[in-house]
Amino acid sequence: MLRRLRVMLMKEFLELRRDKWAMFRLVVPLLIQMIVFGYAATFTVNHVATAVLDLDRSQASRSLVSHFVATGRFQIVDVAATQAQITRDIDAGKADLAVVIHAGFARKLENGQSAPLQVVVDGTNSNTALIALGYVSQIVAQFQAEETRKAWAAPAGAAPPQIAVALQERPWFNAGLDDRWFFIPGVIGTLTLVQVVNLTSFAVVREREMGTLEQIMVSPITPVEFILGKTLPFFLIGLGDVVLITVVGVLWFHIPFVGNPFVVVVGTSLFLLAALGMGLLMSTFSRTQQQAFALNFFLINPFFILSGFAFPIAAMPTVLQWFTLINPLRYFLIVIRAVFLKGVGLHVLLPEFAAMAILGAVMLGLSMLRFRKSLD
Amino acid sequence: MSIRRLLAMAYKESLQIWRDPRSLAIALLLPLIQMVLLGYGVSLDIKRVPLCIDDQEHSQFSRALVERFVASGWFSVVHDLDTDRSIRDAMDHGTCIGVVTIPVDFSRVLATTGSAGVQTVFDATDVNTTNIALGYAQGVIAQTTADFAAQWAGRHGVRRATIGTVDYEPRVWFNEGLESRNFIIPGVIAVILALIGAQLTSLTISREWERGTMEQLISTPVTALEVMLGKLIPYFFVGLFDAAFCLVAAISWFDVPFRGDMATLLAATALFTLVVLGIGYVISVWIRSQLGASQVALLLTMVPVTMLSGYTFAIEQMPAPIQALSLLVYARYYVTILRAVFLKGSGISDLMLPILALVLYAAAIVLIAAHAFRKRLD
Repeated sequence: MLRRLRVMLMKEFLELRRDKWAMFRLVVPLLIQMIVFGYAATFTVNHVATAVLDLDRSQASRSLVSHFVATGRFQIVDVAATQAQITRDIDAGKADLAVVIHAGFARKLENGQSAPLQVVVDGTNSNTALIALGYVSQIVAQFQAEETRKAWAAPAGAAPPQIAVALQERPWFNAGLDDRWFFIPGVIGTLTLVQVVNLTSFAVVREREMGTLEQIMVSPITPVEFILGKTLPFFLIGLGDVVLITVVGVLWFHIPFVGNPFVVVVGTSLFLLAALGMGLLMSTFSRTQQQAFALNFFLINPFFILSGFAFPIAAMPTVLQWFTLINPLRYFLIVIRAVFLKGVGLHVLLPEFAAMAILGAVMLGLSMLRFRKSLD
Repeated sequence: MSIRRLLAMAYKESLQIWRDPRSLAIALLLPLIQMVLLGYGVSLDIKRVPLCIDDQEHSQFSRALVERFVASGWFSVVHDLDTDRSIRDAMDHGTCIGVVTIPVDFSRVLATTGSAGVQTVFDATDVNTTNIALGYAQGVIAQTTADFAAQWAGRHGVRRATIGTVDYEPRVWFNEGLESRNFIIPGVIAVILALIGAQLTSLTISREWERGTMEQLISTPVTALEVMLGKLIPYFFVGLFDAAFCLVAAISWFDVPFRGDMATLLAATALFTLVVLGIGYVISVWIRSQLGASQVALLLTMVPVTMLSGYTFAIEQMPAPIQALSLLVYARYYVTILRAVFLKGSGISDLMLPILALVLYAAAIVLIAAHAFRKRLD
């Protein structure tokens, strides 16, 4: 058995070596994607292009505008003179947000009336808009608090009310709230999944399409040996991928790696098992490489989107949350982020490990069954 | 170029599509499933953040504060904690993503010094969720402070301040309810088309090589241009069908407001489909193994289209070199057009630049594709 397996492995690696671009295609795209993904994936909202229309021109209105500038979240791209200009700015996409302070703002504030502040936001990108509006309401609250304090201090004799509850924020695991720390471990998992599933799903189909599967079938090799021989090389490639891009993540992007590398290796192995199972299962459903490729494109995107890579699983409808349970990437992302940023140990991640092991076993088992059937 | 040979080539290719029902089924079903999964799955609307409370004081004040967190509706309080050790445990296991600690001397410090702190520890792994949750928490605390201050002022007989309130009412344009669906779905159309287009054509020539039918094809009088057009035309119709399906689904199923000019959108869609198919075709001519072609197609379509088109991640927020790189991503222009036509109601005059970019791209790709294929066997 071992001898036959060794021969099978030799054949696979020979095939890889004879394709002179194969190694290049395995490594270079991965590195490019890692770098590009690493920089591109961000939900941070900074320098929101902002247009300002100050019709009040009072000290209070100027102070409010300076509050916007001071946060660094907003970048004033246009100081408008008319409402029409504001409309044009937003329509043309020159500004994503507009602040309009109407005449009489300061007077109303002083008289204890409500002073309307108009904020227009381009809601096309709902996420950016939502975050920008959050900043705006913080700025307004702060401005209000300052004005209130000033007003209270003014009447002679009355002690300024000092009562205040402060929120002391302690973000753990990512003190700088740098969202690259969140995305890069996710990129490692996603790239590995795409690479390994694509390679594996082509593996068996290619032999079938080229007619070499029949040659293998007449050899004394058993289905188990065949599957092992097909998957082991990709397992090793996958492990190499993870190591390579993890090193890039740590050295290039300076993502902290506080956990135990051993936990990552165990988690990666289980994840690769599930990814290999997925690829093999796909290849048993395909007769041609075209079909395998189509299936690949069909499945990779949902698996990527429904993994928690960028969009929180908790925000999905319940039915889709169930779907994420069969997504190995979901579990791997939890593992790799926990190890990278939190440094948690094996025992905490046992449920994720178990889930990936079960997924891997089920998919590999199913594909072996289906493969044996197709041999008969 | 002979029309008869072109038609024969297109006919052969259509037959091949027709006789591979699995691939065809995937090409036709893919939009449906992707639309549903992505349309519903992509959401950043974070509600009910799981929160643990560590109330060390158990006073009237502290309970009132906890009550406010619950009443805000933004948080679901999952646990009462007691010790530091269990905070770390709760965070490690992910039972909650935030812990609010009210210190044992909270109300005493508040009464004597006038200001007291509430500590919140957040699991900042998911920065976006953390930022949103922190915003909610700040809102709760600000409200509490205002109420406590008013009570305090009332008790101490401080004259009520005569300062007015800033009445801030945000107006959201183009996507009034700030629904992430309206933002995502138009982008999803571009992603689906790009994926299908590349998947359809990127193996079309390498398949002939691997199967050995290339020699037959070359021995016929068909010209390179006829091969290209004959291969692209049937897929162009598959792509347009998918596009039409996605547009209908977006408008009638997902209720994404459609405010713009349909003709502009259709023209852009046809251009985009052409670009996508053309890129797939060029890949398949250049790389003779199907596996290799599939890897390159994944790299050149999946990655840029999902990451650099602005479909989920805002391009303006990326570092300058990556923004420059995104100018090369054809999907970027189509995503811009889709969003503008759907939500902003833009017409062709507003969208000259992105449409011009697509036209240039299509012209370049067709030129390259026409010259890529050589009738040679080596």
